[in-house]
Amino acid sequence: MTAGPACVDFEIPARPEYLSLVRSLVAETAEMDENLSPERIEDFKVAVSEATTNAIEAHARACRDDSIQIRCTLADDRLEFHVVDRGFGFYPDQLQVLPEPDDPSRLNFERGLGIYLMRVLSDRVDIRSGPDGTEVCLAINLSSADSRA
Amino acid sequence: MFGNAPGVQIVCYFVDFNVTVAARGHWQVLTVAGEIDMATAPRFRQRLLGVIGAGARHVVIDISGVDFIDSTGLGVVMGGAKRVRSAGGDIRLVAASSRLAELIELTRLDRAVDVFKSVSAATEDAGS
Repeated sequence: MTAGPACVDFEIPARPEYLSLVRSLVAETAEMDENLSPERIEDFKVAVSEATTNAIEAHARACRDDSIQIRCTLADDRLEFHVVDRGFGFYPDQLQVLPEPDDPSRLNFERGLGIYLMRVLSDRVDIRSGPDGTEVCLAINLSSADSRA
Repeated sequence: MFGNAPGVQIVCYFVDFNVTVAARGHWQVLTVAGEIDMATAPRFRQRLLGVIGAGARHVVIDISGVDFIDSTGLGVVMGGAKRVRSAGGDIRLVAASSRLAELIELTRLDRAVDVFKSVSAATEDAGS
């Protein structure tokens, strides 16, 4: 097929009850590639859900009630989800470093696994953040879809 | 950022989620079903902390019936483990599916909480 990438833009209210809808859209889109394993699709659902969760939290912190923007791109070689918020932004390289799992103080940290999961469950993660918001691009390769990065 | 996105107008979207609690020996077993994310984690946390607050010191969380769990849900388990341990108790996790076990291993939660394949295995000392 020589057609270009299929691209769909949609918006969701910045509310947690819409996370499940986003995951459904990830699954529906990913299942269009018959070579993508169910496990890989589940991985990507977690990654996109984490990014969307962060976006919803960013709007809550900024007291914004406008929508989260999501772009889904299905190309021959990859599936991408861009998640865009208009929160205050953050610096990914300044995120708190968690204690090692064997460290008893690790139990004091209920948060902080989101970006880690995005990185290990996607083939590519790009995060651009500034004072006007954050854009997270998550992608999985469709040609070598079953090799976890 | 994407210009005039046409958008998908959804009025309401319900998330499948349920927690039940039952005693098994001296263990309180929370059986969780459905999806655990930012939308449902507050209910999961409330139920777990309610059980701990009521005095339970031996808690099993069975997530075998969970279709989806993310870092928010895993964080609730971590929070519960912290509270139970600080009270001198024990908390165990049951994840029957390989998919859940893989995610738990990936986040190394299995190094903080003992993980079992079944409620029976997790509560083997229920009569002690």
